Amino acid sequence: MDMGAILSILDATLRLSTPLLLACLAGLYSERAGIFDIGLEGKMLAAAFAAAAVAAVSGSAWIGLMAGMAVSVMTACLQGVAAITLKGNQLIAGVAINMLAAGLTTFLGQQWFHQGGRTPALGPDGRFGAIQLPFAAELSGVPILGPIYADLISGHYLLVYIAFAMVAVTAYVLYRTRFGLRLRAVGENPKAVDTAGISVNKLRFQAVLITGLLCGLAGAYFSIAQGSGFGNNMTAGKGYIALAALIFAKWKPVPAMFTCLLFGFLDALQIRLQSAELFGIEVPVQAIQALPYVLTVVLLAGFIGKAVGPKAGGVPYTKER
Amino acid sequence: MSALRPLPRWADIALLPVLNLILAFLISGLVVLMIGQNPFVAMWAIVTGAFGNGYNIGYTLYYATNFIFTGLAVALAAHGGLFNIGANGQAYVAGLGVIVTALALDQTHWLIVAPVAMLAAALFGGVWAFVPGYLQAKRGSHVVITTIMFNFIAAALMIYMLNRVLKPAGVSGPESAMIEEAGRMPKLGQFFAPFNYTPVNFSIFVALLALVLVYILIWHTRFGYSLRTMGANPTAARYAGISNSRMIMITMTLSGALAGMVAFNEVLGVQNRLVLDFVADAGFVGIAVALMGRNHPIGIGLAALLFGALYQGGNELQYVISGLDRTVVVIIQALVILFTGAMEGLFRPGLQRGFALFSQESRAEALERSTVKSES
Repeated sequence: MDMGAILSILDATLRLSTPLLLACLAGLYSERAGIFDIGLEGKMLAAAFAAAAVAAVSGSAWIGLMAGMAVSVMTACLQGVAAITLKGNQLIAGVAINMLAAGLTTFLGQQWFHQGGRTPALGPDGRFGAIQLPFAAELSGVPILGPIYADLISGHYLLVYIAFAMVAVTAYVLYRTRFGLRLRAVGENPKAVDTAGISVNKLRFQAVLITGLLCGLAGAYFSIAQGSGFGNNMTAGKGYIALAALIFAKWKPVPAMFTCLLFGFLDALQIRLQSAELFGIEVPVQAIQALPYVLTVVLLAGFIGKAVGPKAGGVPYTKER
Repeated sequence: MSALRPLPRWADIALLPVLNLILAFLISGLVVLMIGQNPFVAMWAIVTGAFGNGYNIGYTLYYATNFIFTGLAVALAAHGGLFNIGANGQAYVAGLGVIVTALALDQTHWLIVAPVAMLAAALFGGVWAFVPGYLQAKRGSHVVITTIMFNFIAAALMIYMLNRVLKPAGVSGPESAMIEEAGRMPKLGQFFAPFNYTPVNFSIFVALLALVLVYILIWHTRFGYSLRTMGANPTAARYAGISNSRMIMITMTLSGALAGMVAFNEVLGVQNRLVLDFVADAGFVGIAVALMGRNHPIGIGLAALLFGALYQGGNELQYVISGLDRTVVVIIQALVILFTGAMEGLFRPGLQRGFALFSQESRAEALERSTVKSES
């Protein structure tokens, strides 16, 4: 493989890991607050649809992005009401959200645009374009570092840079702010937080809202940055991979970034290769596709390190009657 | 405020699910109204599409067969406090067992093929659920996450098997060879004319039998008692000498075996070959069916019939109202899961308060209060 091929795989890795990373960080906030979220997929799908639909009608990617985030936050609120206010089963709420998003996006897409569930293709203003970082063209002549800067680091969509910036923001919020401390505490021991006079439900709702915002970014990325328009079930299980990445990263922001890059790399690899030779044995492409899931199961099983989630995860908080 | 008393049994098992279902229908009706269609016309189209004639009923029963199996799979695990979200993957992998045994034996007779294929389906589905069960029991990995992962691993595995192993020479699509005529399970249409040209087959009797067997297993065996004890209170179960880890592994295996029966219906009874994605999300419908049916076989039978009718009626919807199709049913299904599973708190406290007003104790209390007042 030459330099160009390696760069193009790494370039694809960045593009493919961006939605994973956004969704993974989204999940991090609610899971750290003690809300299991298997509804990441549904929120992304709803946001992808809303973003594409509004961008198609308004002709503006920014308005589309806002709409995607708004719909994702609304979906997150619904989930929050079920899981926090009504103390329902968080897992079942997630399943319901995923199914509802799959049904509604297909249904409304078909009704509004009559293109078999697709939204109209977006023009250049309707989607985010690639951003050329300063001096990319000038520096591309520099050996090795030049192409890396010009081809790999420069020339991505805005949301790609936002996603990686969010890693630093999340790490700062989680470990260096009062809100982050409380967030982590409410996921481990909500009773203690409650005793300190802080509302558990309010904190959890805040976490769920942040989850909604980030899922909105992730969803919009699919339909108005990477793609130009919404296609049926376009998130294609990426929400579950993000969930797997979150567990694999042990609910920590920086490891989450590396895990998403790894999973994105595997995805880029399987798109590029139909099959690979490894030590003379042919590895089918499906094995590469299944690898993120297998790795997560192996990690969960504690064979390579141990993934232990927030202690109060999945349990609705009830103040004493 | 004093603790609310639990609801009367009939309200818990019938009134609440019906209220939740009505709410789900209302909201879906609003969605239909929003796009400018008449929800009552749509509803009637679904009802006639599901039960209008023998052909419709045949299809309804065929869908219901799958949903009984997955509903039972989810419910059995739920009695032990386990959420098996992987019925899809388990059913999918079970297809391998069915097709391998059926293709090996299809020169003989379907009466020989069917039991062997059934066992193979149970075995393959069971093994696919046993692994997450084992990991939960022995390594403490959350069964929900592992079963989700196993759904995706199953999908990748099956694509590989269909493309590379099972595809016969000369076939372009990813599918296995056809099972010989002699090995196919007869469809009910061969014996009962109104069901002609519908996929409903002998496996519906297996489904009905499974309902009875699961009922006996859960409420009339030592195993079932241990299962329910573990589901209600794992700590108490441990003190009662029940091995929770053993129970988890057995329960998950049985649950996977039940889910595997979907493959028995689809592969041996309907498609007569293994195709991509033949499960068609029946595993997720099973979650709705189990929640709606309150994890009881009678409820599951009825809920499976309801969802079978919705699926078949939803298929017919597009011929009555152009533009409306089965995605409406997916919305209804999602809302049913949301309301019965995750938003139980919506109606329950209100109902409990309502019932408390009319309970014997509150009447007696009220009487006492009024007599005290009159005396003083």
